[in-house]
Amino acid sequence: MAGIDLKRFHRAFFEESFEGLDAMEAALLRLDPAQPDAETLNGIFRAAHSIKGGAGTFGFAAISEYTHVLETLLDEMRAGRRAICAADVDLLLRASDALRGLLQAARDERVAERSVADAIHAELTQCLQGAASAAAGKAAAATTAPAAGWAIHFAPHPGLFASGNDPLRILRELATLGDARISVRDAALPAFAALEPETCYLAWDIELRGAAERAAVAELFAWVEDECELRIEPLAAGADLADAVAAPALAAAVAPPRALADGAPRSEPRGDGASIRIATAKIDAMIDLVGELVITQAMLQQLADRLDPATGEVLQQGLAQLDRNTRLLQEAVMSTRMLPVEAVFSRFPRVVHDLAARLGKQVRLHSSGESTELDKSMIEKIADPLTHLVRNSLDHGIETAAARVAAGKDATGTLTLRAAHQGGHIVIEVADDGRGLDRARILAKAAERGIACDAAMSDAEVWQLIFAPGFSTAEQITDVSGRGVGMDVVKRNIEALGGRVELASCPGQGTTVTIRLPLTLAIVDGMSVAVGEETFILPLSAIVESLQPQPEQIKRVAAQGQVARVRDEYLPLVALHEWFALPAVPRAAHEAILVIVEAEGRKLALQVDALLGQQQVVIKSLETHYKRVPGISGATILGDGRVALIADVGEIVRLATRAAAA
Amino acid sequence: MQAPPSASPAASAAVPAAEFLTFTLGGEEYGVDILKVQEIRGYDTVTRMPGAPDFMKGVINLRGTIVPVIDLRLKLRLDDARYDAFTVMVILSVGQRIVGMVVDGVSDVVALDAGDVRPPPEFGGAIDTRFITGLGTRDQRMIILLDIEKLLSAADIGVLNEAVAQAA
Amino acid sequence: MSARILAVDDSASMRQMVAYTLRDAGFDVAEAADGQEAYEMAQREPFRLVLCDVNMPRLDGIGLVRQLRQLPTYKFTPLLMLTTESGPEKKQEGKAAGATGWLVKPFNPEQLVATVQRVLG
Repeated sequence: MAGIDLKRFHRAFFEESFEGLDAMEAALLRLDPAQPDAETLNGIFRAAHSIKGGAGTFGFAAISEYTHVLETLLDEMRAGRRAICAADVDLLLRASDALRGLLQAARDERVAERSVADAIHAELTQCLQGAASAAAGKAAAATTAPAAGWAIHFAPHPGLFASGNDPLRILRELATLGDARISVRDAALPAFAALEPETCYLAWDIELRGAAERAAVAELFAWVEDECELRIEPLAAGADLADAVAAPALAAAVAPPRALADGAPRSEPRGDGASIRIATAKIDAMIDLVGELVITQAMLQQLADRLDPATGEVLQQGLAQLDRNTRLLQEAVMSTRMLPVEAVFSRFPRVVHDLAARLGKQVRLHSSGESTELDKSMIEKIADPLTHLVRNSLDHGIETAAARVAAGKDATGTLTLRAAHQGGHIVIEVADDGRGLDRARILAKAAERGIACDAAMSDAEVWQLIFAPGFSTAEQITDVSGRGVGMDVVKRNIEALGGRVELASCPGQGTTVTIRLPLTLAIVDGMSVAVGEETFILPLSAIVESLQPQPEQIKRVAAQGQVARVRDEYLPLVALHEWFALPAVPRAAHEAILVIVEAEGRKLALQVDALLGQQQVVIKSLETHYKRVPGISGATILGDGRVALIADVGEIVRLATRAAAA
Repeated sequence: MQAPPSASPAASAAVPAAEFLTFTLGGEEYGVDILKVQEIRGYDTVTRMPGAPDFMKGVINLRGTIVPVIDLRLKLRLDDARYDAFTVMVILSVGQRIVGMVVDGVSDVVALDAGDVRPPPEFGGAIDTRFITGLGTRDQRMIILLDIEKLLSAADIGVLNEAVAQAA
Repeated sequence: MSARILAVDDSASMRQMVAYTLRDAGFDVAEAADGQEAYEMAQREPFRLVLCDVNMPRLDGIGLVRQLRQLPTYKFTPLLMLTTESGPEKKQEGKAAGATGWLVKPFNPEQLVATVQRVLG
């Protein structure tokens, strides 16, 4: 038993503590100090309470002690003994942050940075002492003079059994403390006919000889002290009688007036209801294995196709079913990587709360579509761009309360976060009802920064200037939205995810930024092409068209290689086998296939040997075990188990057009 | 997947013995630390990598993971690099990375005490001694022990240097 | 010895600890995440002992004890509350609701097993 290592529970303790803190933070942000909702307060209290209990049990005494003050304060609040003001909510938020810090340090087995926590601990304590400085000096503990033993009188109330207690158990335990001589008093026992079997009629006198401490004896009666008459006196007679009755009397005297009902609290949303945690590595391993299964299935299919139709028919049916099941399994497994957008949205109530307070603005946050699912890696990567957009809206979009009232608007601004599925994409919107973009100022600033622009540009074109590199610069960087990151970085990051950013704005009514993202980073729609003996994948999204050129469409331009004339445009022509330095059957461009690709507004003709077909491919990293290769964005595994490389069309276009321009 | 050939009886010597997987390259017997060997496979088609040196044969699909393959015979500048029924790939796990290595055939697993290993002599340029940790002797056979980390970092496989530094 | 015990706590780590420790000591343990779930389980089978946390969503420990005591099968069953030292009034309240006794958090596995063995004799 002593062998139970509490460490085995640490992981679960930390996970649930962090979840508890998240819930606490969300509840605090939801809390209306003027009319605190009882269940919300109860939820906050329970989170602190569980962390304290767990921390104490699992050996984190300092955290338990820190949380104790927080819990006590929350307990007074939920019991209605203390009014709550906005400053309290703020203090509680900071207290939960500090608690998070302590827990993180404990989890990582670091020494905690205590200064902030200590300061907040002091604040909480001070806040508590505003109320009755309770800590009424507990009566000095009775001196435990060594006695020859104890004379115990134990007379249970008749209803003792109803609490599940059993006098015999107590007497048995008493006998383990020393030499016990027990005599029973049965004076209260009625005639058998009148005997109620559920009533306790007996009382006991016990002489306990030995070195047992008084506290150890009293401890055995702790559960029943209110349900019995109990006297514990030193055997060497003449001890203080008062002491013997002190415990129940004191308990009765200090029993506090009952606090406000905290009866049976209802329905705390438990986010973990139907989910379990799985390490990403396990999911990825599963995805890899399912990929293998798909390939094996394809291989069996190829073999079966070669069989004589008569014998092959049953096999073919089985394989068709295997094919369906495999695809379904693959889809199901891929979906395990999807997480609700809530994982990112959940951080914004706090961001908005803190930022609005710092900027002295009143802002309310609405969000919708939190359950929309997105690939986990994408979730991680949009968090920063989204945070930037939210900060921007609060800093530059939403006006101060005074300015809003003057403009005839609600003093409290609204920031809306929306997520939704839209035709194979995920659309995320960050909208505010602020002052909107200022066309004249943007044009002036762009001109000043040397960004190409003119007054005749459409609104949409003017808004795009914001995304130009160098538009946001030091002058307008506040400590809120600054941090040296401009909208150009936001745009670049989102494009790197295969997404797009759009912006709409109306003077005086607000600005909406719309981000469109692919469903997943793990799969791409690709065109497989043959280049010599190798197969490459070109992302379908980059392909404009493909054609078999006539000889007169190909021109050789001095010192610039070849160009292809396609619909009156001259496009630089790149032969992929040359580009990748692969051995290939030399053939003229007009005997090959040209795939016209476009990236970053520039077009290029790629020469390949043949088009093999369209397919969705699972993107695999080359960098895990090898390294990044210029012009290659990753690899995938073909139906026959071979590896095909995925061309990085953006990079090829960039390098090729630069070479052509040079 | 094939398990490595069964080990020879464990050495009972007082000095803790290290075990090596031995294989042949151009008529010589080489050895690598068995703890770095993940598995042994037959030689598959590899997908060529653009712009890679000749010893970098390309990449293969190892149960869904893309793994680079180097031809040790080309890396060590042994002239006879044939691909036949005996050609195998030894899959090595070094630090966080996995790499395939083409060799002429796997022979055995041998345990060598510290006393069985001598420092590498000067070869005078015939062979690259940078990648050799020592020469082991077993039943009159000479086994050239390879320093696989050094070999792979010289093969310029991404941040392998870093991975090896962490593993060390 | 395999008395069946019901452990009720909304904190998964506490529940795990209690259940693991008692199983390790040879008891048969069922788990519930709140009072309501525990009450439903207790109606389906008679447990020899119920260990419950005080603060829980849906139905708290006090409410659970009160409701269990009203079931004929649980009239004399030991019902122990897991309380914290900060709540003397909770002990009173628990007793008033019909709890047999309590175990003060934080406790260690040895204390837990000793107490349970004591109660189950």
